[in-house]
Amino acid sequence: MRVPLNWLADYVDIVLPPEELARRLTMAGVEVGDIMRSGEEWEGIRVAEVVKVDPHPDPEVERLRLATVELDEDERHTVVCGAPNIAPGQKVAFAGIGTRLIDGRTGEPTVLKAARKRGVESAGMVLSEKELGISEQHEGILVLPDEAEVGAPLSSVLGETVFDLDLTPNRGDLLSVLGVAREVAALSGGQVRDPSIEHAAEGKPIKGRVAVQIAAPDLCPRYVAALVENIKVTESPSWLQERLLAAGLRPINNVVDVTNYVMLEMGQPLHAFDFAGLRGGKIIVRRAGPGETLTLLDGTRREMTADMLVIADAQEARALAGLMGGSESEVTERTTAVLLESANFSPAGIRRTSQALKARTDASIRFEKGLSPRLPPIAAQRATKLLVEICGGHAAEGMIDVYPVKEKEARVDLTQERLHRVLGVELPATKVRRVLESLGFGCRWVPPDRYIVRVPYWRTDVKIPDDLVEEVARIVGYDQLPTTLLSGEIPAFSPQPLLRLRETVRDALAAAGMQEVINYSLTTREALAKVLGPEELAINPPLRVANPMSREYDYCRPTLRASLLECLAKNVRSQPGMLSLYEVGRVYLPRDRELPREIESVCGLVTGRRPDRWGQPTEDEAGFYDAKGLLENALDQLHLQAHYEDTIDYAFLPGRTAEVRTAGERIGLIGQLHPRVTGAFGIKADVAMFELDLDALLPHVSSVPHYQPVSPYPSVEQDLAIILPEEVPAARAVQIIKSFKLVRDVRPFDEYKGTQVPRGHKSLAFAVSFHNPAGTLTDEQAGRERGRIIERLKRELGAEPRS
Amino acid sequence: MTSLLDTISEIEQSAIGELKSASDQSALEAWHIRYLGRKGKLTQVLRSLAGVANLDERRAGGQRANVAKERLEAAYSEQRSQIEEQRLSSVIAGERLDVTLPGIAVPRGRLHPVTQTMRDVLAAFVSMGFQVAEGPEIEWDHYNFEALRIPAEHPARDMWDTLWIDYEQDGRRPMLMRTHTSPNQIRIMEKTRPPVRVVVPGKCYRFEATDPTHEWMMQQVEGLAVDDGISMADLKGSLTDFARRIFGPERRTAFRCDYFPFVEPGMEMRIDCFICRGEGRLEDGRPCRTCHQTGWIEILGAGMVHPEILENVGYDSGRYTGFAFGLGIERIALLRYGIEDIRHLYANDLRFLEQF
Repeated sequence: MRVPLNWLADYVDIVLPPEELARRLTMAGVEVGDIMRSGEEWEGIRVAEVVKVDPHPDPEVERLRLATVELDEDERHTVVCGAPNIAPGQKVAFAGIGTRLIDGRTGEPTVLKAARKRGVESAGMVLSEKELGISEQHEGILVLPDEAEVGAPLSSVLGETVFDLDLTPNRGDLLSVLGVAREVAALSGGQVRDPSIEHAAEGKPIKGRVAVQIAAPDLCPRYVAALVENIKVTESPSWLQERLLAAGLRPINNVVDVTNYVMLEMGQPLHAFDFAGLRGGKIIVRRAGPGETLTLLDGTRREMTADMLVIADAQEARALAGLMGGSESEVTERTTAVLLESANFSPAGIRRTSQALKARTDASIRFEKGLSPRLPPIAAQRATKLLVEICGGHAAEGMIDVYPVKEKEARVDLTQERLHRVLGVELPATKVRRVLESLGFGCRWVPPDRYIVRVPYWRTDVKIPDDLVEEVARIVGYDQLPTTLLSGEIPAFSPQPLLRLRETVRDALAAAGMQEVINYSLTTREALAKVLGPEELAINPPLRVANPMSREYDYCRPTLRASLLECLAKNVRSQPGMLSLYEVGRVYLPRDRELPREIESVCGLVTGRRPDRWGQPTEDEAGFYDAKGLLENALDQLHLQAHYEDTIDYAFLPGRTAEVRTAGERIGLIGQLHPRVTGAFGIKADVAMFELDLDALLPHVSSVPHYQPVSPYPSVEQDLAIILPEEVPAARAVQIIKSFKLVRDVRPFDEYKGTQVPRGHKSLAFAVSFHNPAGTLTDEQAGRERGRIIERLKRELGAEPRS
Repeated sequence: MTSLLDTISEIEQSAIGELKSASDQSALEAWHIRYLGRKGKLTQVLRSLAGVANLDERRAGGQRANVAKERLEAAYSEQRSQIEEQRLSSVIAGERLDVTLPGIAVPRGRLHPVTQTMRDVLAAFVSMGFQVAEGPEIEWDHYNFEALRIPAEHPARDMWDTLWIDYEQDGRRPMLMRTHTSPNQIRIMEKTRPPVRVVVPGKCYRFEATDPTHEWMMQQVEGLAVDDGISMADLKGSLTDFARRIFGPERRTAFRCDYFPFVEPGMEMRIDCFICRGEGRLEDGRPCRTCHQTGWIEILGAGMVHPEILENVGYDSGRYTGFAFGLGIERIALLRYGIEDIRHLYANDLRFLEQF
């Protein structure tokens, strides 16, 4: 909503400078998004008087004349001018050489240069409205009012300060200059001057000539019609055009301009029908029939549905209620009588229609915010007055006013106790009353505790006592309220173990050198199809967004894999060495008639060449075991024992993929990605990846580790090397070795396959730590235990000791 | 007599003289054997005293010889520590390290700047007694809008352009990507009784074109405090305290009236611009771009929980009042780190992320 301050000043005295007024309005909830000053761009353009107009010396040139303009007693310029309307005595806008302007022909900004026109030097320019950027008018020069001071900057004569308001949806009443004036009055201590609605009614009574019937009172609580005849449709007077332009509306003709003017002034959208275009003098407010169509003023033909409201005459729909009129009853130059509609429509109905037809108008924007049903007769009278004054019409006597269910005047009771409770401060009753009255509320103080408040009709947003609390607080100023800290009881603690787990994992991965990334939660089906098998996608189809912003983001991701690989693909070129990334985020698994299951998921990847002591890439490619080290480190931070079992997965290389399990439950996956997958993302290098399901992991994590006393007895360290069939996993040997009573710890430290061992076998070495919690262990005792271990490995795994 | 004492003095002098030229460990040891060893010169003199008949002479000689012995031992240990020190310094000099060379490379990883900012914001509220809870990112229309007093045809829906899930139930689309964390106000109050003090972090989504200040995915923190006696003054105080914890203890806050359907009164908090110190212009006179020359930066929306919402979850709105707020983490991250374009955050360029 644009509010020109000159216009605003019609209804309230503006006693504050624009910046301060804007600040107060903004703090009180009426945000001034921008203070626009027309005229700021007119730097160097001044008011001049045309003192002389001579014909061009070249008799061939008929169109051009030489105008002499005076800016000062000592400053006169002669310019070559082609405007037909230039005449001595006019006050005009003059631009000297070097002034910035808008080119009258191209509409582009330009700098005025000295020019010769047909052999005569022109020392500047007398400007048209188009060259000033005021309108499209370029036929003649702009003639200023006689009282304009010669030599003064043009902006002091024509310049206008306009507040561009960013309004909140609850304040439909502020979509009017008058509504803003009421706020200004309350914030700067003035009185509001309501615009006059008094007008002569010289015409025949409207009764008997116009009939209004509301067939859908749920969508139209009130309909007021007025009739103005003998009008002449023409251009509006310039003051009216200028006000509309300053407020951001294009002038059309005097009738339409009046309806728009009153809408901007009072907030009530109006519609003027060409009375001749209405059959039978009838207005029927009804729901659209099935398949009913209407050609609107903007030339579009719309098909309506049964929940849309139309204004029809005896024959057919003539307007789409609250949105736009139809072209059949449009006011044109041939129009001599108009039927003025000033109605109240249901906000929800207008919004539904507006959304269904994807059409928003200045009228629908106002109706959908909720207007008072008490406004239509006032606006109708105001518009009738202006139609009579501006369009030379005769107003028919009386109005038709159909208002089946009269709305009661709203009354809200507020207690002093409530005001205090919500604001945290006592305010004196006199102050509260003064504030409410300054906003147009009626307020009666009933000691000891109660205000009886009558809500003015335009404040449809005020319904409950706390609404009044806000009114008081915002006018007093939120900054005037005290500032205290919470003092009450602190609620009982409830632990959030999943959050704690998630942040521990984040920290562990970052501390181990992985970079955290955050990708969008939406992806494409194509990206998902690169990392999930077709059956998987078919069985658990991911959720789709019905109205995606673009095809890049239309599916809710059921895995983090694809996003992380896209992220890697974007970065792989700028990073020559090893890259390790991870993301923690929700994945969404659809469920029947329920919200999807959202799982906290972790995905990490490692790729590239490992660094040397200097951090320079070596020839060593990072792979499965790098990823596994990172994962083990994170799980160790959680004091979690996990084991790894061969598995297969669509995205991973068979034989290099493992399920991560703990206590028999799958908590994640790790492996080297299949080159088909990395290739699909344009990645050439090998990538190892792991995934963790934190929800599955959670039940296995205890919040604190259990303490083990440190033994006073020393351990004996011995190595053990065996040759095993290749298919036996090292974990089985570890498990057996660990089961021995005197073994405290065992760690594999070498794996060898090759010429030194028989075909189909591998050599494994373990560092075993022997320990007796009951006393000092000797080397001999450890050696005997070691022998028993080897016997068992032989027996159970077919292992052979290696010398 | 004289000759004995003289002899001792001579031995002492020549020993001191020779000691100076014993410049390494073995020369020093040879010297020690020569004078103070079992067959050393001074030892022999001491032994020869037994043969001196005159008692006075023997005593005088003995005393003198012992003095000489002590002096030589002292000189010896001084020389020895000097030699040791010299040896060490030459060793150290030879093993000098270039301390300016880098340490052994350890892979470095960092948390995303939004994660870091989120943690700081949550920590500020946790220290005020707030608990952290979370809710679903894919929500029902009911929680995201209806229960927050934003029914289907309410114009306030325009404040949250919505991404709807392609799922129909009874001819409606009831599922959406939550547009804010506010649904958790309802979810929390449905499960708990006052006193309530909770912050809810999480991702939110809007149907919105991106530009330097807008992203379609964002992380918010919702705050909710409900109890007997919570006022707008408490809201102002808690949020001012928060702003100072995040943006510095000298920060000033300003509160202006604003509208959200689920609060009444509603407000927006601004902090004084910490780049231009609320002046709107930088010290060199250039306009401040951080606050768009206003001197103030909008930080969050807040308000007193609407009494209808309290009643709908079964709280007595005559007794209980509360405040709620919602803030965007990205915006705070941009301000903290001086990032000019929000789109950098989720573009995930490592050259950007490695800086935090």
